[in-house]
Formats: sequence, C-alpha cells, structure tokens
Amino acid sequence: MTHTVLVTGVSRHIGARVASVLAADPGITRVIGVDTKPPRDGGLSLGKTEFVRVDLRSPDIAQVMAAADIDTVVHMSLVSAPTKGAGRAVMKEHNVIGTMQLLGACQRSATVCRVVVRSTTAVYGSSPRDPAVFTEEFEPHDGPSHGYAKDAVEVEGYVRGFARRRPDVTVSMLRFANFMGPGVDSPLTRYFSQPVLPTVFGFDPRLQFVHEDDAVEVLRRMATEDHPGTFNVAGAGVLVLSQCVRRAGRFPLPLPSPAFSMLGEAARKAGLVDFSPEQLRLMSHGRAVDSSRLAAELGWPLKYTTAAAFDDFLRCLR
Amino acid sequence: MTAEEARVIPISEAPSYEPPSGQEERLARLLAFIRRRLTGEYEIDEFGYDAELTDGVLMELVRPLYKHWFRVETVGLDRIPADSGALVVANHSGTLPIDALMMQVALHDEAGRPCRLLGADLVYQLPFLGHLSRKSGHTLACREDADRLLRKGELVGVFPEGFKGIGKPFSERYKLQRFGRGGFVASAIRAGVPIVPTAVVGAEEIYPKIGDLKTLARLLGLPYLPITPFFPWLGLAGLVPLPSKWMIEFGEPIRTDEFEPAAADDPMVVFNLTDHVRESIQQMLNELRLRRGHAFPPFF
Repeated sequence: MTHTVLVTGVSRHIGARVASVLAADPGITRVIGVDTKPPRDGGLSLGKTEFVRVDLRSPDIAQVMAAADIDTVVHMSLVSAPTKGAGRAVMKEHNVIGTMQLLGACQRSATVCRVVVRSTTAVYGSSPRDPAVFTEEFEPHDGPSHGYAKDAVEVEGYVRGFARRRPDVTVSMLRFANFMGPGVDSPLTRYFSQPVLPTVFGFDPRLQFVHEDDAVEVLRRMATEDHPGTFNVAGAGVLVLSQCVRRAGRFPLPLPSPAFSMLGEAARKAGLVDFSPEQLRLMSHGRAVDSSRLAAELGWPLKYTTAAAFDDFLRCLR
Repeated sequence: MTAEEARVIPISEAPSYEPPSGQEERLARLLAFIRRRLTGEYEIDEFGYDAELTDGVLMELVRPLYKHWFRVETVGLDRIPADSGALVVANHSGTLPIDALMMQVALHDEAGRPCRLLGADLVYQLPFLGHLSRKSGHTLACREDADRLLRKGELVGVFPEGFKGIGKPFSERYKLQRFGRGGFVASAIRAGVPIVPTAVVGAEEIYPKIGDLKTLARLLGLPYLPITPFFPWLGLAGLVPLPSKWMIEFGEPIRTDEFEPAAADDPMVVFNLTDHVRESIQQMLNELRLRRGHAFPPFF
C-alpha cells in the first residue's frame, strides 16, 4: 500500500523535522509539505518533501488534497506567537480558519484515513483552583479566554466535531507541553535566552517541557500507526521557574504582577512575544500534566525528562 | 636484658584515615546543599514538593515551635502506616493553620513520613504562601489531587472543617464543625486506604478569637479577620501565638477497603462514614482535652 502524507506548518522547525523524518520513512511514498510562507533560507532541509505554498486560510488546501491521494494528514500549523508585522488577528485566522479549511477538505476526501493534530497543554489553562496535575479527561474550571490557548481550544472543538462526523478516520490529538531543544524558537525559549528573567513576585510556577526529538518521534509514530484519542505529551517530572533560572545561570527579576503584565504588554507591542493574560497566569500558577496515557499507548516512554530537555536546550544556548 | 626490654615495638601503622569530625562533615554537607540550591540541581515532584528544602530548611524553622513553644506530645503514632497510603483526618482550629504545620512536624519527625496536606484554594492564590505550600508537599483540596496522592501511597492530611473550623470563635473551642460533603471519605474509598481520625488539642488557645472584622475581611478577600485579646491591639506582636500545651492523638484507623470503589458514589455510604469519622474525632478531642489538663500549665 502506498502512503501519501500531508504535513502542514513545515516552514517552522518541528514541522520541518517531522516532514523530513516521514520523507525518509521507507513505508511512505510521498510527503507533501504545505505552509503559508516558504521555508526559511538556511533552515532545516525538508528532505524529499514536496513543498507547496498554500495560504491555509483559503480553500486552496482542498485542491492540494484532491490532487494527491492523501491518506494521512499531520496538522502542525498551530502558531503560538504572531509573526512580526502581522497581528494577533492574523494569527487567530491562521490557527482557527486554517484548521477549519483543512478539516473541511479532509471531510470531503475519500482517501484520508488518519488525522494527527498538534495541540497544546495550554488548553488546560493555569489556575489556583485547578488540580496540580491534569489528565486528558479534565475539563478546566475557567478555560483559556485569550490568545494562543483559546485558539487551541477552538481548534480542538473543530477536531472533535470532525471526529464525530467521520468515525472511520483515526483522529489523534496531541497536547504538547512547551517544546524545548536546540532548534526551538518559541516565546519561552526566547524568554530563557534573556540575561535577566522577569518573574512574578511571590510565585514560583511549575513548568514542563518536551524535547523536540521526542516531539518528532511521537508525531512520526502517530502518523504511521493508529493511535486514536487525545494524549498529553510532556517530559517526565517538573521544574519550577526558580530552578530553571538557576540552572540557566540567569538572574531573576521579580516584579509585582501588574508590572509583569505591563512589561509583557510592552514586549508584545515591540513584536517580541504574544503576551496574553494566560502567560501571566502560567508564570504565576504553572501547569503540569500526566502523560502516562501516551507512554502506555505507544509502549515507549519519552527519552527526555523535563529537566533533561531543559538541560539540552541550555547546552546549546551557551 | 629483661624480657620486658626486649619487647618488639611494632612499627606503627600508616596514619589511618581519620573520618572528618562532626563539624567538618556538617559544613561539607551544608556547602553541598547550598551548591545544589544555587545551581538548581534538585528534584521536585509533580505537585511541586521539594523534599530537600522541606527537610533541610522549612522543618528546621518550625521545629523549635513544635518542641519548645507548644511542647507537642503525640499519642498513637504506631497507628500511622509505615509505608502505605492513608488519609489523616483532623480537627482544624487556631485562626492561622499552625495546627497543620505541627501535624506535619509530628508525622515527619516521629513517624518518618512526609505529610501531604490538602489546602484551600485561597492559599494558592496568595503570593509566597502558594508556592511555599507546594514546596512543603501540600496541594489543593480537590478530588483529582487527593486521588492521585493516595494512589501513589502517600500519607495525605485533610481538615474537613475548613474555614468553618479554623475561624470559629473561642467560645466554640473543641466543638467540631460540619464536615462538608465528605469528599475526603469518597477519595479514601476509591483508593481503598484507611482513614486515621486525628485530634489536635492546644491549637484552640493560640489565638483566642473573640471578634471578627467582617467588613474589612470582605474588602481584603479573606474569610475572616480575627480580633484576639492581643491582635490588632499590639500590632505585629499580637501575632505571636500563645504558648499553649499541645497534644496530638492519632486514632484507630477506619478501614475503607471493605467497600467497593463504586461505593464512593453512594451518598449514604459516604455520609455514614463521614459521621463515623466525625464522631470518633469529637470523642478523642473530649478525652484528650481532659488528659492534657491546663492549656497553660501550671497556671491556668
């Protein structure tokens, strides 16, 4: 049987890595990578991946899908931060409308039999009223109402709707903790690259990371085997922020939470991070998830713990 | 030459390795501890429990209060399971949750077990208190966290009276308040672990609450703001707890493994067991209070 895989979001680091790993898989005949913008020069090579530039917000994706008999879709194009020059509105359209277009195309397709969606543990929010460790079943008391996390909640809603309408398709939803690793460029890795790290005065949140190698391997397995369901993906254990700061050898700058918000707002205006009230809450109350369901399903535990992933990121930072 | 003179004197052995004196060893341990703390090379569990910080710093700070200020005496520590899960259910009193700290020291020092307390969400909203509470092993009182800790075989402590108990006026001392919905019993049944009813005598007298600044408390978002004979009149000095004599008794464990886990959803089973636990604690409180005698011996 021939396999044709469509990967969205290949112009960014993890997407590109997943596409090239799948392209190198002998069981897969063809990998089509799509993204709104072309891959960066000097970025990761996509291997044998055929790149198609498609604006995900437009129905063009349906034509790409119709042209090739695609059986597996790996949807990775959820962006966590607005790109420079484009605002939050563009990011939201990209995330939510993009997913709707893609799922619409999948629903019409007769060949698609497996859909893998990248989501985030941010859907659980961060609150002092919620349990310390989230499992997949947990419904948060007050879910995220802003930014990236809200996009992810909406995306998950559309994915669940799709899974109901097409019960014949295997749908895997992966809630990743923050990616960490040498090649990862995210608001959090940019944060830890600063010489002085603003923290929220009086709070020390628990954080969890997943190493990029583990993330790629999990996505590869999900794209080549049937694992229906929703899974948390996070390195074992947790680090508290103060511990991260000390491991990184940086200086913490504790700010009262209103000042922290103002600084975040200023950084957002300067186009540095997508700062939203969710971030303030994460930096105050933290979040940890239980990823034992994934380990049991794959029969393979992640190679990097949260601490090991962070240490590997630091090794390459120095 | 006498035989005595001819005695061969053995060549002394190579100077033996002298183990570092107690003080040097302590210093080395302290330096290693500081180095680990500064480089972040320590482990915490998923709830945020930092065992090293708790044993090395937090417990050391609270212990003098336990030993010398309140002279805590314990009864029935042999009823605490040595290495399996159990739910310690105690009365709550004293305006500030110092009874929780003392119970933690008792279980840590005398039973050798870390005590994982379940606290109100107010604690986790406040700066410092929230993360200190997590670092010392406590977490939010909710079904998910309680179940998770008990499944891991931890010793979990809970005060079902909550704010009703800790914030009650001095005139109602040693009268157990209502026990909520019995969520703690349901958690124990689901995990099949015993419930250890526990009575704490002495905490009622540390801050005798004779009034409540209700309006100010509401403005500050607090459940109550106590007036004691010394607070707020003496300012911060009024926050020094009175040195009452304390006793903590751990009662006969109540088994829950005879129930099916599904019984946790049966309100009748849960309410009956809740009442049983509540009555045992009230009875223990009455007896232990008599046994302790004066709150401030030898005077009154």
